[in-house]
Amino acid sequence: MSKTVIKIENLSKIYRLGEVGTGTLSHDLNRFVRMNILGQDDPYAKVGHVNDRTQKAEKGELVAALRDINLEVKEGEVLGIIGKNGAGKSTLLKLLSRVTSPTTGNIKVKGRLASLLEVGTGFHPEMTGRENIYMNGTIMGMRKWEIDRKLDEIVEFAGVAKYLDTPTKRYSSGMTVRLGFAIAAHLEPEILVVDEVLAVGDAEFQKKAIGKMQDVSQNQGRTVLFVSHNMASVQKLCSKGIILSNGLKTYENEISPCITQYLKDGRENSQLKLIDRNDRGGKGLIRFKDYSIKRTNTNEVVDSVLSGEDITFEFQLEGKYELEKVNFRLQFFDEKNNLKFLCNNLFSSAPFDKINGDQTVTCKIPNFPLIRGNYYTNIRCRANDTIQDDIEFAFEFKVDDGDFFNTGNVQALKEGMLVKYNWEIQ
Amino acid sequence: MKDYDLIIRPKRHAFDINFKEIWAYRDLLKMFVKRDIITVYKQTILGPIWFIVQPIMTTLIYMVVFGRIAKISTDGVPQILFYLAGITIWGYFSESFNTTAKTFTENANIFGKVYFPRLIMPFAKVTSGLIKFGIQFAFFMAVYLYYLFTQDGAVNPNWSIALLPVYILLMAMFGLGTGIIFTSWTTKYRDLTFLLAFGVQLLMYASPVIYPVSTIEPGTMKDILMLNPFTPILEGFKYAFLGAGHFSWASLAYSAGVASTILFLGIIIFHKTERNFIDTV
Repeated sequence: MSKTVIKIENLSKIYRLGEVGTGTLSHDLNRFVRMNILGQDDPYAKVGHVNDRTQKAEKGELVAALRDINLEVKEGEVLGIIGKNGAGKSTLLKLLSRVTSPTTGNIKVKGRLASLLEVGTGFHPEMTGRENIYMNGTIMGMRKWEIDRKLDEIVEFAGVAKYLDTPTKRYSSGMTVRLGFAIAAHLEPEILVVDEVLAVGDAEFQKKAIGKMQDVSQNQGRTVLFVSHNMASVQKLCSKGIILSNGLKTYENEISPCITQYLKDGRENSQLKLIDRNDRGGKGLIRFKDYSIKRTNTNEVVDSVLSGEDITFEFQLEGKYELEKVNFRLQFFDEKNNLKFLCNNLFSSAPFDKINGDQTVTCKIPNFPLIRGNYYTNIRCRANDTIQDDIEFAFEFKVDDGDFFNTGNVQALKEGMLVKYNWEIQ
Repeated sequence: MKDYDLIIRPKRHAFDINFKEIWAYRDLLKMFVKRDIITVYKQTILGPIWFIVQPIMTTLIYMVVFGRIAKISTDGVPQILFYLAGITIWGYFSESFNTTAKTFTENANIFGKVYFPRLIMPFAKVTSGLIKFGIQFAFFMAVYLYYLFTQDGAVNPNWSIALLPVYILLMAMFGLGTGIIFTSWTTKYRDLTFLLAFGVQLLMYASPVIYPVSTIEPGTMKDILMLNPFTPILEGFKYAFLGAGHFSWASLAYSAGVASTILFLGIIIFHKTERNFIDTV
């Protein structure tokens, strides 16, 4: 039996909504002056944002971002931590990384623990690649001689040998990320805590990064904690998983049943009306109230869609304020939680200049491209440069085979997507 | 099985400061210092020369405003030396204070992503300030040696030059101590950043930087001035190099006592803040 390397006991992290600290006179005075005289927002309200809930928080109400978490991680395990926005994933990461400290309980760690909440922390654009390797490496807790020893390996892995003495501001963003990851990958801690940010970047790099993490866990017997809500990479990488939901650990098992459970939880939530959902993220100045799926031509509301139809997704919004620079994102996922495509007006046209809280927005999709199956959506609204509302598993709908090409020949695909095309002989 | 290397707990004691850990991160301190030095004057033509342009310009302005117009005495010392001495040693405190007082707000991004002993950051700032001070001090010495060898009797150095490291250390302690108290408080009360802008300036006028203590008539004013813990350092520094000023072991001990207390309190307050500041910043 392998050793326990991380032991988490009764771990909780409590944030106080509405005010911070001990509630001393000076706090209240400050709050009073800022809110009632200067007319600013509540200066302390931001604190509760990790666990943003739809219900208005009472002043001083406590919110547990994490509640009584107990967990043991064995040596060599790759543990996936999954959960929706606000479930407590980031809080757990922060506690493990010692960025903030727990309210109760403790975490016992055996061996050196390194956490990667981002790559390239401390990089300074004016410094050369070499200087930044030392900068970032020492921030992560390496000694200078360790970096000396691994410098060549890092440079080779990142593929930046030619630019080693060039300031990193001249690097492409891809190179910067590669260099950052290369340093992290050569840290050689016994335990590595990784945030999903690492899974972004181009496909090739992603493959390399995941490959490196697999290598670290399987061949070198090190322990990895991987936090994500991307099921595909969790499935690929992890051996075990836990689900966090509203700050509680709700499930723990091998990774496959864990993912199944997570998707099942999501399905249950997507039965609720959007306005009643309390598992949403964002600041909440504007919120999705309800949705409907319509045939664009006839305006007829439908539950299921045929491939190839012109479809309109309509959203009723709720909010009291006029907001600026508004963009909406509607993502479509299949049952295995693979993203099929997304619609974001930031790219298709431009953000809306202004929106009142109680308007209706529509997203029209001509020739609906998905094949037969069940699909989920995530919806998100950004305005005033912050995420205002964000609902995962917002709703579920069915797609049936349809006459996509308008030829009378229905093509029943098992995989992939449909696009319009023309074959011609020249 | 119980031999865990690290236990992350809710509360640490106020005095439970892990100096061993800080020592283990000494390479990081060096890197931060290096980063400060090489990035500040990247893409400038004069580079580190800017470090001495600042005191030169300030000295010239003081000579005109306080020397010519206000005619404030410089204790018989050449004006340029008197002002330069004050500006150089005061500059180290002001630099240390100003940079460490922004520790949390400026590094919230890094602090939010990775753990390392947070005290490393203000230590690094005080150390890179020392390098800047070194360059300015070298310039002061150049001017000083010119006067020493060409103008007989203009300046009278004495044995207390040996106390120079003490003066520098005290200034570092003051800068670090007040700076980390300030930065800890600003995580909650941003109002203090407004104070930061002119606080040091006000403090400079309350300390004998551009005037000697000897111009103040004995009385309440002088008593208050002598209570200012910077007075013994500034006067002592000028006394050592210029021979004009006031020195006594008692006042130096007083100053050292205040500096140690402030630094001690600062470390405790800083330590208390660093645990959870990321939740409030």
